Amino acid sequence: MTALDTAFAASAVLAVVGGLFAVTTRHVVHAALWLVVALLGVAASLLVLGAELVALVLVLVYVGAVVVLVLFALMLTRAPIGPDRAHAVGPWRAVGAALLGLATAGLLASVLLPLADGTVRRSDVTTTQVAGQLFGTWVWPFELLSLLLLAALVGGLAVARGGSAEAGREVAS
Amino acid sequence: MIHLAGPYLLAAALVGLGVAGIAVRRNAVLLLVGVELVLSGGLVLLVTTQAAGADRWAAGSVLPLFVITIAAAEVVVALAVVLAVFRLRGSIDLDAPSAPAAGPADPGDPR
Repeated sequence: MTALDTAFAASAVLAVVGGLFAVTTRHVVHAALWLVVALLGVAASLLVLGAELVALVLVLVYVGAVVVLVLFALMLTRAPIGPDRAHAVGPWRAVGAALLGLATAGLLASVLLPLADGTVRRSDVTTTQVAGQLFGTWVWPFELLSLLLLAALVGGLAVARGGSAEAGREVAS
Repeated sequence: MIHLAGPYLLAAALVGLGVAGIAVRRNAVLLLVGVELVLSGGLVLLVTTQAAGADRWAAGSVLPLFVITIAAAEVVVALAVVLAVFRLRGSIDLDAPSAPAAGPADPGDPR
């Protein structure tokens, strides 16, 4: 166990515990807040793996934007304060979901773990290299992503605002 | 020096937790929490390839940035759809049966 292994294990435990509470808690707002804990753990483990830029972007975009969006959506859909009894699931559903998750995790681990051939030296990719590649090799996918963001922005606005009033009247009549 | 079993186990655990969350939630907004966990498992796996040195064109750092961007766009559209459905039906229960009268656009409706 090197120092990096210990640091990674600590942040991985934080991420897994946060994820576990995020999917099991009955309080809807707590689920979003536990997602913050899980994502901070993931960001810390990415930092240990040597990808500072990705870790910072993860914190900025996921914790700063996505979780806030989820919290806003929870408020706009009138999430209850306290346990969410309207959306409670039965024990069989919970057991089935847990088995499905365990099976997926076991399958992935059994495929991936044989690939981990011992301890490797962590290769460092500097942010300067990443920036050079991002605006060199990857520049067209990068530009395409800005189009995707624009389309998502316009599409989100159109879906959430326009047309829903007419559609609501249509169904109500 | 780092052992690669840790990142692989973390990625597997995150994806498993996310799949369990997707399967267990009935609240449409909380379904997205599971999706985010699955995507973060993918991020860990991509960054691990870079840390292991099997990396060309800095793909282990650039592709996670792309994944994060696409996830943000996906969440925006998904939440817009959820809000539209909530306005239409007054509920975001994923298990609720669909409305009995699905409107004149439903071709399977004999009435």
